[in-house]
Amino acid sequence: MDITKTTLSEVREAVTGKEVSAVEMTQAYLDRIAKYDGKINAYRETYDERALERAKLVDEGKIEGPLAGVPIAIKDLMCTEYGKTCCSSKMLAKFEAFYNSTAVKRLEDAGAIVLGKTNMDEFAMGSSTETCAFGATKNPWDTDYVPGGSSGGAAAAMAADFCAGSLGSDTGGSIRQPASLCGVTGLKPTYGRVSRWGLVAFASSLDQIGPFGHSVKDCATLLKYMGGHDELDSTSANIAIPEDLDDVDTKPKKLRIGIAKQYMSDEANDPAVASALVKAIEIYKAAGAEIVEVDLPHTEYGIPVYYIVATAEASSNLARYDGVHYGHRTQTPDDLVDLYARSRAEGFGDEVKRRIMLGTYALSSGYYDAYYNRSLKVRRLISNDFKTAFESCDAILCPTTTGPAFKLGEKKDDPLSMYLNDIYTVTANLAGIPGISMPAGTAEVDGKQMPIGMQLLGPAFEETSLLRIARIYEAATDYNLERPKM
Amino acid sequence: MSEQKITEEDVRHVAKLSRLRLNDDEIHHFTEQLEAVLGYISKLNELDVEGVEPMAHAMDMSNVLREDIEVDGISTKDALKNAPASDDAYFEVPKVLGEGSGA
Repeated sequence: MDITKTTLSEVREAVTGKEVSAVEMTQAYLDRIAKYDGKINAYRETYDERALERAKLVDEGKIEGPLAGVPIAIKDLMCTEYGKTCCSSKMLAKFEAFYNSTAVKRLEDAGAIVLGKTNMDEFAMGSSTETCAFGATKNPWDTDYVPGGSSGGAAAAMAADFCAGSLGSDTGGSIRQPASLCGVTGLKPTYGRVSRWGLVAFASSLDQIGPFGHSVKDCATLLKYMGGHDELDSTSANIAIPEDLDDVDTKPKKLRIGIAKQYMSDEANDPAVASALVKAIEIYKAAGAEIVEVDLPHTEYGIPVYYIVATAEASSNLARYDGVHYGHRTQTPDDLVDLYARSRAEGFGDEVKRRIMLGTYALSSGYYDAYYNRSLKVRRLISNDFKTAFESCDAILCPTTTGPAFKLGEKKDDPLSMYLNDIYTVTANLAGIPGISMPAGTAEVDGKQMPIGMQLLGPAFEETSLLRIARIYEAATDYNLERPKM
Repeated sequence: MSEQKITEEDVRHVAKLSRLRLNDDEIHHFTEQLEAVLGYISKLNELDVEGVEPMAHAMDMSNVLREDIEVDGISTKDALKNAPASDDAYFEVPKVLGEGSGA
């Protein structure tokens, strides 16, 4: 069986139908990682022995479940009681958690096999997977380009067929943006849909775990088995996962597609992105959709609000790394404050330091109302925009990113330019609504064709409808079946 | 929100509040970058937010309480598993109190 032409659903069927054993399937992925990941750096570490042991148990019928034998990868931000959880940071280079994050536990309980942890921007801070302490991840379509971030390793692993499905986290677009730049499908669920227990916190009111796959159905399947209420996470919504969540081929009950002029700027978007959106509108019209104009007037304030809210929360969440109980500790400190300050300065990379200071500044005396409180008020306006828009449509169609991947190093020293990458994704996190990015063709970059994506946003907890609407586009295009040449 | 210039003194102060020991080159570098980012963020001044209720969270939050029953907590072994240094059942830290201590 050629794993480079499969989806997660096909892997499930092949293992369940005994077309291939779970051990053979797992070994095939591990072999491919060993052969090609040297030039991609999608994985931070793999768990070959453990993965093969679990695969053997699947073949022996001792591990059962709807995902039995399906090899997956998880972002290095999720705790597991095996291996290390480093968040791609020198601060946590030796950290070994002693419990499993709920999302990973649920997928393993369903029979999935974790192949390894994938690379990411340090503490999920970045849009290119270049801020890692252990080396950048490269885009499998062209290794001179970034895979996007911060879940760039998980997206690259998916694009390179180093797993059948993967998990990332999305704080301001960190699943959808790398999905777009790597040519795979990525879903950010509604905030609270997937437990954040065991997910190392970056910005607690924005972080959400979500899946990558080669199809809408694969993302739906992973969400179905890892989502739902979890009493270990007080922000987990007490709303059950719909039984028919992965029935993506059913026609949605209503099909009104919203188009916002704020997302359709010809100056901002690459011509290929603009053209992909026009094509998508035609596909939805042909499917019987009503195309509705909606207004999201506060979209342009999404980035400023995001970078105050996210960094304020990050400055608080990352205060726990002080070199005392765990994490990097400096040698021979002068005194207690020196122990904290040098441990943190040595353990964190530049992007993390920059965001901690930005957040501390926004929360500091004299600036709290001017920055943080004002941002929270604008967050309300952004959320209200979506609520109003969803009164007249069932999903909003928009770009995921303005264009294809940029070159490694191109924006690394220009944080503002890097932050603007997230312009089409951050507002969904601020409002807590779900969004999905799907492959939408390619754009020419220096004579090469690189993937671009398209995004659909939906009302909170309406993933079933969102996925069914997304499936209409996927079925009409087949861009999701394209793979990079390795 | 003012559009005041961010000085190196401001960044030194924020670095101190953030418990980050930075050298002069880093202070200079971060000053330029934070000024650019905060300049962009001042865009929020364009909006009238008078009377708008702040939104700190996407969901309605409420306190979640568990039953008042005894449950096992983290074991000492697990708690110490990632300690930079430990001694038997305790975290071991360098001597940090004394003359000239910043504590």
